[in-house]
Parts: sequence; C-alpha cells; structure tokens
Amino acid sequence: MSSLLPGLYNYWIVIFLMMTGLYIVISRRNLIKKMVGLSIFQTSVFLLYISMGKITGGTAPIVAGPDTVYSNALPHVLILTAIVVGIATTALGMAIIVRIHEAYGTIEEDEILAQDLRPQ
Amino acid sequence: MKQQLILRIAAKFFIPFILLFALYVQFHGDYGPGGGFQAGVIFAAAFVLYALIWGVDEAKRVVPPSLLQTLAAAGVLIYAGTGVAGILLGGTFLDYGVLRHDPVHGQHLGILLVELGVGITVAAVMTTAFFLFAGRKRP
Amino acid sequence: MVELVDMVLLAFMAVVAVIVVRLRNLFSVVLVSGFFSLLSASMFVVLDAVDVAFTEAAVGAGVATVIMLGTLLLTTSEEKKASGSSLGALLVVLITGAILVYGTLDMPRYGDPDAPIHHHVAPRYTHDSPREIGVPNIVTSVLASYRGYDTLGETTVIFTAGLGLLLLIGSSLRARGKKEDGR
Repeated sequence: MSSLLPGLYNYWIVIFLMMTGLYIVISRRNLIKKMVGLSIFQTSVFLLYISMGKITGGTAPIVAGPDTVYSNALPHVLILTAIVVGIATTALGMAIIVRIHEAYGTIEEDEILAQDLRPQ
Repeated sequence: MKQQLILRIAAKFFIPFILLFALYVQFHGDYGPGGGFQAGVIFAAAFVLYALIWGVDEAKRVVPPSLLQTLAAAGVLIYAGTGVAGILLGGTFLDYGVLRHDPVHGQHLGILLVELGVGITVAAVMTTAFFLFAGRKRP
Repeated sequence: MVELVDMVLLAFMAVVAVIVVRLRNLFSVVLVSGFFSLLSASMFVVLDAVDVAFTEAAVGAGVATVIMLGTLLLTTSEEKKASGSSLGALLVVLITGAILVYGTLDMPRYGDPDAPIHHHVAPRYTHDSPREIGVPNIVTSVLASYRGYDTLGETTVIFTAGLGLLLLIGSSLRARGKKEDGR
C-alpha cells in the first residue's frame, strides 16, 4: 500500500479538487460562487490529463538534442484547447449573471426561483 | 493625485514592453512555449492596463470596438483562408505542404499564418470582453 | 526532489480549494481563485507542460480574474449566508469521490513510461515532427498542423463567445419594465 502513495497521489489530490469544485457548484446558492467552483473543477480535470502524460525523467516536448525523453505532447494540445473553451464559457456565464442581476435584482439562486414562482 | 502620477508613468513604461512581449510570444511559438493564444491574451492585457489607468472611454478611442469586431472575424478568416488556399493550390483543406515549393517550408508558412489568425482573434475577443464588462453602466 | 515539489504544490492547491469553499466575500473568492490558477500553472511546469502553464497563467490568472471582477462590479460583492444544511451535497460528493478513487486503482502509475497513452499516435508525432514539419516545439506542430482542424474549431469557439458577449451585454442598459416579461 505504501508504494501506492507517490504513484497515485497526484490522481487522488486531483479527485479531491474535482469534488471540491463540484461541492461548490451544487451546494452554494450564489451564482458567481458556482461559476468559480466550475472553474476549479475544470482546472483539476486539466491537471488529471497532464498528470497522465508525464514521463518520469522526461522534459518539455521541445526538441533539444538526440536521445531526450519527452513528456507526451498530445494531452498538452488537448488541454490548451480546453483551457480556451473554458474561459469562453466562463465569460458567457458571467455575462448571463450580469443580465440576471439586472432583471431580478439578485444573484442568489433561491431568491431568483422565488421571484419566478411568485404568481404575477 | 501623486498616486495617479506614479501609476501613469509606470504604465507608460510598461505598455510598449507588454505589446512587444506579446509579439515575441506570437512569433516564437515555434521555438519555445508560446503561440497564438498566449500572445493574444498578453496583447489584450496591455489594453486592459491602458483602460485601467486612463479610463475605458479613452481606451475605446484608442481602439474602437468596431475595429475589434472586424479583427475578431478577420482572424478566423485568415485561418480558414489558409485552409482554402491549400485547396486552391492543389492539396486538401488545411494542407500546408502545397503552400510553398517545399513541404517543410510550406508547413512553416502555414503554421505562421494560422497562429497569426488565432492570435488576432483571441486578442480582439478578450479586449472586447473587457470593454463590455467594464464599460457597462451600473443600474 | 521534483516529487517533493509536486506533492507540496498539490497539497497547497487542496488547501486553497477548501478556502474558496469557505469564503463568503466574493472579491476574496475571485482573487483566491486567481491564485489557484497560478498554483495550477506552477503545477503544469512541474509536469513538463510549459505551453499549458503559459496559457493557464495568462488565461486563468489573467483574463478570468478580470472578467469576474468586472461582473462583481456590476452585481453584488457578498454571498448570503447559507441557510439549511448542505449534507446532501456533501454525501453526493463523497460517494462520487469514492467511486472515482476506486476507478484510479488500476490506472498506470504516475510517470510510467509504459502507460498505454504513450503507445499510439503520440510517439509518431514526437519522432516524425522534426522531420516532417521542422518546428522545434512539438506542441505547436501538433496544434497547428497535425490537429489543425481542431484548432480551427477552437478559434471559432472563441469568436462565437465574443459574438455571444456582444449579444448579451453589448447593448446599453435600457430601463426594463415589467412589460418585457409579457405577464
């Protein structure tokens, strides 16, 4: 069991970070806090993928002389795209939050729901 | 008043270097870490700094939002245009090998153009996003 | 030594994430999440992903923080105190975490050079990229040439996000009456 600790430690901490982000999303009612939780979730998923691509004793995938071991470049490309798509969704989410605040006067989820369900 | 003066002088010193660094990251993405996305964000950061010190209205006079919208579309157009250029010169879509006399040089040119398109779009969209959020009137 | 940096950085990130859960002042939350992005950028450098670290530092600790601060300016700056218990959420999160940990038990160990991920397309890109494309940065060559079509899609996504932002908050604030609801 002791050999498990360095071998899987990365993944377990990443799972802890993912669950923290998920907890913020499902338990907090403030919309901005939810978006921050979502971005923590996204960042921990990126860490998971990049951890999988690392080779012990490797180096960054930039060609530098023969007989060098490079870490796997494919997850890096995937996560580069994912980071940019993540910021696109975060920006759009923030814009929607601004509009919600202007329409309802609040960004707490339960107050918004109460206003919607109130018989007009 | 004195604090504003220090900020203004420091910003006047920094902004050209930030822009220069953005150009460096853009064109040296082939040889080290970097590329279109990072360069676009750093480029936008220079304009954000300008807007923070001199105000969003002043920054909108320096780079008008209509120009930003045109640039955002132009970046995607450059990227897709490189792909179509590959078709027009006899290859397939986004085939860079046919762009020059020699496949490796063609790849270099193709990557350069494509990263340029990405950098332009990212810079324009990030600056637009900042102007939209910072320039909106509070209710 | 590198493993020590790795373990300490990850532990620090876990602590920072718990701090984000507990904080209620949204200004502090945004700044601490910017710090979290910076820590993850350092973690990416330790994991040899220099391009990704650059992008995460610029985007996560830069643009995301600016946009969130802009949103804070236009809305409130304090989270209301949570009423009612969040035990259900905690339970869901613990069960999901336990299932995920069980799923990692037969994953290849961290840093293993024989992991399946290193056996399919990746060696081909690493070996042939200097000869076929001639660009030293393998990530750029894969991003712009081998997988250039995906990057075109990504650029379109950014452009679409810009379009969406213009549609949502591009028009100036007009007085919105109840008549707009149609009720």
